Order: sequence, then C-alpha cells, then structure tokens
Amino acid sequence: MDYYLQIISNIGIFITLTLSLNLINGYCGQFSLGHAGFWGVGAYASAIYGVYFALPVDPMINMLISISVGFSAAALCGLLIGVPCLRLKGDYLAIATIGFSEILRIIIMHTESVGGPRGFTNIPKWTNSFWVWGIVILTTIFMLNLKRSAFGRAIISIREDEVASETMGINLFRFKLFSFIIGAGIAGIAGALVAHDQQFLHPNNFNFMWSVCILVMVILGGQGSVSGSIVGAIILTLLPEILKLIGSDISVWRMSIYSALMIILMLTRPQGIFGPHEIFEKKRFAKKLQKGAA
Amino acid sequence: MSLLSIKNVTMKFGGLTAVRDVSFEVGPTDLIAVIGPNGAGKTTLFNTITGIYTPTEGSVTLDGSPINTKKASDITKLGIARTFQNIRLFNNLSVIDNLKIARHTRIQYSFFDGIFKTKKYKVEEAAIIEESIRLLKLFGLEDKKDLLAKNLPYGAQRKLEMARALATKPKLLLLDEPAAGMNPTETKELSNLIHFIREEFKIAIILIEHDMNLVMQIAEKIFVLDYGNLIASGSAKEVQSNPKVIEAYLGAEIDVEAH
Repeated sequence: MDYYLQIISNIGIFITLTLSLNLINGYCGQFSLGHAGFWGVGAYASAIYGVYFALPVDPMINMLISISVGFSAAALCGLLIGVPCLRLKGDYLAIATIGFSEILRIIIMHTESVGGPRGFTNIPKWTNSFWVWGIVILTTIFMLNLKRSAFGRAIISIREDEVASETMGINLFRFKLFSFIIGAGIAGIAGALVAHDQQFLHPNNFNFMWSVCILVMVILGGQGSVSGSIVGAIILTLLPEILKLIGSDISVWRMSIYSALMIILMLTRPQGIFGPHEIFEKKRFAKKLQKGAA
Repeated sequence: MSLLSIKNVTMKFGGLTAVRDVSFEVGPTDLIAVIGPNGAGKTTLFNTITGIYTPTEGSVTLDGSPINTKKASDITKLGIARTFQNIRLFNNLSVIDNLKIARHTRIQYSFFDGIFKTKKYKVEEAAIIEESIRLLKLFGLEDKKDLLAKNLPYGAQRKLEMARALATKPKLLLLDEPAAGMNPTETKELSNLIHFIREEFKIAIILIEHDMNLVMQIAEKIFVLDYGNLIASGSAKEVQSNPKVIEAYLGAEIDVEAH
C-alpha cells in the first residue's frame, strides 16, 4: 500500500515540476536545462528549516512555512540566475542553466551540515499525498488562469516573436525574469514536498539527468499545454513502475526505452501529445467544427 | 504643433552610417511616405523611431517629450505602433489572441486580478474581446477570428498586422512596405484601407513603400532617402521632378555636349 501511495505522491510532485518548467519553457519559450537545480534548492532549503529551525507548532503550519521557505529560496536563485542568463538566448541559455544547477549540486555535495555526499537525513515527515495533490490543483489553476490573463498572453507572445512582442509594448526582460522566478519558485515548492515526504535527500537526486527528465515530460505533453504537462508527467512517472512490473530485465532498459519513445514522438508528433492546446478547449473546438459541417 | 519631430538623427553601425543627419516633422493626421532605393536607411529610420535602435546622435520627440533613449516597449505605450517588412505575427496564436496581446499596455487590472479572476478582470477582458472583434470587423477578418495567424492567406496576414498595430491605440502608425508582395487589386484595396484608417482613427501614418503608384496616390508628403541622407521632401509632384531624386533612382544624366 505504501508503495502505491509513494507512486501517487511522486506523480503529483512531477506534475508540479513539469507545470513549473512549462511556464519557463512552454509559455515563455526560454530553454532552461537547470530545473532540477531549483527543485534541489527548494528541497534543501525546506529541509534545513525542518531540521534546524522548526518551530514548536502544528506540523500543518510548519509545512506551510516550509513550503514558503522552499519557494522563496528557489525563486531567489531564479532571480540571481535569471538576471545575468536571460540576456542569452536558446542554446546559450540552456548551457548557462546547466552550469548553475551543477554548481548548486556540487555546493550541496560539499556542505557537511546538510549531509554532504551521504545525503540529508532525519527530515521531519510533515506531508502526504493530500498536500501534494493540493499543490498540484493550485498550480494547475494558477497556470490556467495565467494563460487566460493579459500577463500570460504577454509571456506567450515572447515565445512567438520577441521583436513583435516588444513593439506591442511588452517589456521582454521583465516578463522573462518573471516567468523564470515563478517557475523556479514552484519547483522549490515541489522540492519542499519531496523533502518532507521522503524524509531523505541526496544531491544526486537533483542532477542534470532529472532536468532532462522534467523537460522530456513537458515536451511529451506539449509545450504550453497545462493538460499536456499533467499527462506527460503521469506517463513518464508510471512508465518505469510498469516496466518494473513486467520484469526486472526490462527495467534495466528504462533509459533506452525513454530515448526510443522520444525519437518516435519527435518523428510522428513533434508538438507533443496536446500541442499548445488544453483538453476542454479541444472538445469545444470539435463541437464548433461539427456545427460548421451541419 | 507637430506630433513627431526628428532632429538631426544619425544612426551608425560601426563604420557604416545608415542614417545621416535626418530631420523632419510629422503633424497629428499627416499621411507621409518615405521612399528610396534599397539600403537607403528607411527601415533603420523606423527602427530608431520605434526604439529598436537608439540613435547615435540627434533626438526624436513625440508630443514634445523625447523618446530616443526610451525602450521600444515604452514607446509603444506612448503611442507609436508599427508593422514589419516581413510580417511578424504571433503565428501559433489565434487571430483574436494576436489583437488581445496588443492591448497589453492598456490593461488596468493587476496580476492578482488575473490569477483570481476577479470582477475587475472579467469586466476588462470582456471589453477587450468586444473591442478586438470590432477592430476585426473593420478589417473584414471577424469570421477568421479563431484561425491560427499562420494559416491566414498573405493579404489577410498583412491586414491583421495592421489591425494589431492599431489595437495598441497609437497616435502614429508606421507601416513598413505594406504593399510588398501584393497584386494591383490588393494594392488598390490597401490604399483605400490606409485612407480609411486615418479617417476612422484620426492618427498620423508614415509608410515605407516601393510601389510608386501607391505612394503617389495616397501620400500627402514624401521624404526621399538615399545612402542615409534625406535628399528631397515635398508633395508627389515636387519630388517626381526633383533632379536629385531622379539621379538616385535612375542614375545621373550624362552631359552629351561635353564629349
């Protein structure tokens, strides 16, 4: 039973992470490959709060504080990394963000007070699947409402055409930085959830491979689509578990199967499962088409 | 009182002077054309007015306040809108979303109004949609409002780009080669449209254009650029008979007597 609960929590955590990267990569079109770094910063910051500074109050309130600590720490890192790096574009930004996330990981690796390479243990258990899925629902609503407001439209227009966007009166740097900070902050919240759910953190759980994994989830679902992020995260979190069920021989080939999946996806549907659309939007569109045909 | 005044504007890229010491004034409802051979600096001039480039020397003032050091996004807010030589729409967004984005600088509600969908947000969004549809009707695009911008035919894309520029509520509209790639019928339609825009929105328009028929037909005043210099200005007739202009377009006359 615990095993299944753990999987359900993991799915929620990865949905939150995928949604937060979708804000940076899908909405704003900035190619960030350091997302696991922000996730790690959030996780370690909230774990530090939990282990060293926890207040003698109800775990529920402590969890709320811990989430805000995780959010603020990751958002602050997003600000520090965003200000110099968002002047870069495309591949250059990707490389700079990889660099930053690796620096953060190595700093953690060499800090004894957070366990260093042995990992951070004895983190209080303050959270469960309900917390995780509560955050998932809040993040989903945030992303959907943002997309429909003027601010979300401004961010999406940057992805479409920076020059045109600027001549529409949109301050490019401000909105890029905004999406970077909020995206990093939400990844920090996912970090707080992971820290207080698994009660153990290791710096290698936040390495470059995880940044790639989260990015793959975004791309599989469809860049810019909230429904896509959710579906992408569910599929890629369940896939290794399903492979394990089939047999341990196959789960060795996990990464190869991932890669093969990506190649097939790029060849057959490069825009991802949903493209930039949402589930409900598509239904409405289909109805309209039917009316038009009738 | 002039709306836009450009004084001694020079734009250099390293050793290349793209625009040299250009000065002119634009009144509140003027319809002006900027012409000149390829590479004369016309688009560079537009880019210095809209803030994409900061002029090396000289000043640009809109309504009496200097804008030459401002960011492009702030200049849009102050009331200058433009279209591009090679169309730059938000391709993967719907036609109506393209117009909604252009309302960005006029948005009153805050970020939190948007996230929590407050009444303020709903009222304003409804108004934005209504205004956008009104604008689309003026341009005959209202039945295409849910199509993606990239799926529109070429002429409609040009129109949409103009509509989008107007949606920012400008005082001055800059059109960069609006008739490029259009056939004579479409060009005729375009000249009517430009007149209509000026009457309907009471704004000044500056256009860059290579189609001389269109320019001579609609422009009240023409500026001619050549190698970054303003070589002539005046009405269509004055410019057509100006020897410097003829020289720039056709080459200098050879003095046969001297040989």
